[in-house]
Amino acid sequence: MISTRCAACKYLRKRCDTDCIFSPYFPSNDPLKFACVHKIFGASNVGKMLKQLPVHHRAEAANSLCFEAQSRIQDPVYGCTGIISLLQQQIYNAQKQLAIARAEIALNAHQAHLQGGSQFQQIEASSSFNNVAAEPLHVDQSFFDPPWLF
Amino acid sequence: MGGNSPCASCKLLRRRCAKDCIFAPYFPSDDPHKFAIVHKELPIQERCDAVSSLVYEANARVRDPVYGCVGAISYLQNQVSQLQMQLAVAQTEILCIQMQQEPALPTQQIDPDEKSLLLHSNFNNLPQYLNFASSSNVIQDPLKRESLWT
Repeated sequence: MISTRCAACKYLRKRCDTDCIFSPYFPSNDPLKFACVHKIFGASNVGKMLKQLPVHHRAEAANSLCFEAQSRIQDPVYGCTGIISLLQQQIYNAQKQLAIARAEIALNAHQAHLQGGSQFQQIEASSSFNNVAAEPLHVDQSFFDPPWLF
Repeated sequence: MGGNSPCASCKLLRRRCAKDCIFAPYFPSDDPHKFAIVHKELPIQERCDAVSSLVYEANARVRDPVYGCVGAISYLQNQVSQLQMQLAVAQTEILCIQMQQEPALPTQQIDPDEKSLLLHSNFNNLPQYLNFASSSNVIQDPLKRESLWT
């Protein structure tokens, strides 16, 4: 007889009811997914979290919990916050590079203007300079800055 | 897997390491420290950071029960992508200006198709951590929400 238990009920060695909270999100063909969330959060906590959510949000919640659990297993000290720090650093570097590039464009435009009006007009006409000079993307850093990082 | 030594997790927990042990691929027998860390045996100096990161993740999950801090990762990934796009545009503009100012080269406009190629070639290959929709409640009002640490 082919087992129809979900990965959670298989792992916990219990009967998988028709209304099992885990079965839609932890299929039997992916046992590691449940093993990770159970190790980090505990099956009971995962079940409670899923039950508190509307049904149409549970799949995404299960996947995000799995991602967090895997991140924590790979990096037991920082987990997902390590990834957040890395992305913050990438944003900082990209903003710095963008500021340098825009300053160089402004300098080139100014030099061209000083050398002669015709060259400056040519640059303006051929490039999307106005788009480049747009306001930089605002990234609110304070929300993401844990005090122990950077 | 006959004859192979048990994985680090089964060694520490003193249990039989099955052929299909789900932890075996991640905790090889020759690296007991890796599992020891996951099994709550962190060095004292790392425990403080680990607790802080756990609190951070827990708070993020309270604010956004569906995505938690994974929503923040998705949001930051988008920011990085947008900044990289702006940076590529700016660097392409610099290249255009330099080529137009170069006296030795023929004075011809850059073909839009060539510009597009330049744009795409400037993209760095960023690791994509996940593809969650960035509809997290955690960052919908970044300017209004107080820091997690207040």
